[in-house]
Amino acid sequence: MALNNIEQLLDKYFEGETSIAEEEVLKDYFNSENVAPHLEIHKPLFSYFSLAKDDVLNKTTALQTKKRYSKVGIGIAASLLFAVGIVTFWDKPSEKKEDLGSFEDPEIAFKETQKALAMLSENVNVGIQSLEYINEYEKSKKIIFK
Amino acid sequence: MNQTEFVQIIQPFKDKMFRLAKRLLISAEEAEDATQEVLVKLWNKKERIQELKSVEAMAMTITKNYCLDQLKSKRATNLKIVHNNYRDSESGVYQKTEDKNTWSWVEKLINELPENQRIVIQMRDIEGYEFEEIAEILQINEATVRVTLSRARKIIREKMTNTHNYGIK
Repeated sequence: MALNNIEQLLDKYFEGETSIAEEEVLKDYFNSENVAPHLEIHKPLFSYFSLAKDDVLNKTTALQTKKRYSKVGIGIAASLLFAVGIVTFWDKPSEKKEDLGSFEDPEIAFKETQKALAMLSENVNVGIQSLEYINEYEKSKKIIFK
Repeated sequence: MNQTEFVQIIQPFKDKMFRLAKRLLISAEEAEDATQEVLVKLWNKKERIQELKSVEAMAMTITKNYCLDQLKSKRATNLKIVHNNYRDSESGVYQKTEDKNTWSWVEKLINELPENQRIVIQMRDIEGYEFEEIAEILQINEATVRVTLSRARKIIREKMTNTHNYGIK
């Protein structure tokens, strides 16, 4: 390819008037070894164009192949489920009350209650005892911050 | 149309879509997402695809519009930008080494161009579309394509000559 020709093509190229075939000629020329020194600056441009075509999409696309359910269908299914749920569980809470037993004689009932309360307060005291050592902190704090 | 047929149809140009998306969005990850998104859109329209004269032109148009929308919404919302910065620092070292290897300074020059010029350069000089096809994809006339292309090429030439003269490569 004559140098003259390449220069002409380059001028046409920058005016946006070259055809695809002519641009191929330019690309071939600039990707070859013997580029004229004064045209050397255009070399990276054309080699980049060839290089940029190697960039490919690596991700595979997941396409939706399952049938989509219509919104109305989903709505009907949901409301059916809701209705069934309400019917099934509506009366349940009242039935659930279990019989825990009761005392006939008020005297025994009183004693049992006292016993239960005594047990409770005992356990609370155990808890409080283990908090005693917090007072130690209080003491040393008072020594430092008067 | 089933999935295999669809994949066969998009096979010849899905990389072109990706490269166009990358030219506009710069980040490869975002370009991947955008391409996915557009392919799903096409898949949902699959019944109408067969009536089209050129699926490729349609696909490229959707890609272009989608990416421009993305850019617009990114500029509009601060939140999105913050999110992107976060993602950037996450992919840190790996991304940087990759950039060094593959991002030649020509690419940088091209990516500094206005969007419409970038699109035209991408489609003509890299993908080798005819002016007629570009005009169809961009929905503008051929003369405008030529003018935009010429302008873009001249800007690149100018910038490259400057770089060359200053010796800062």
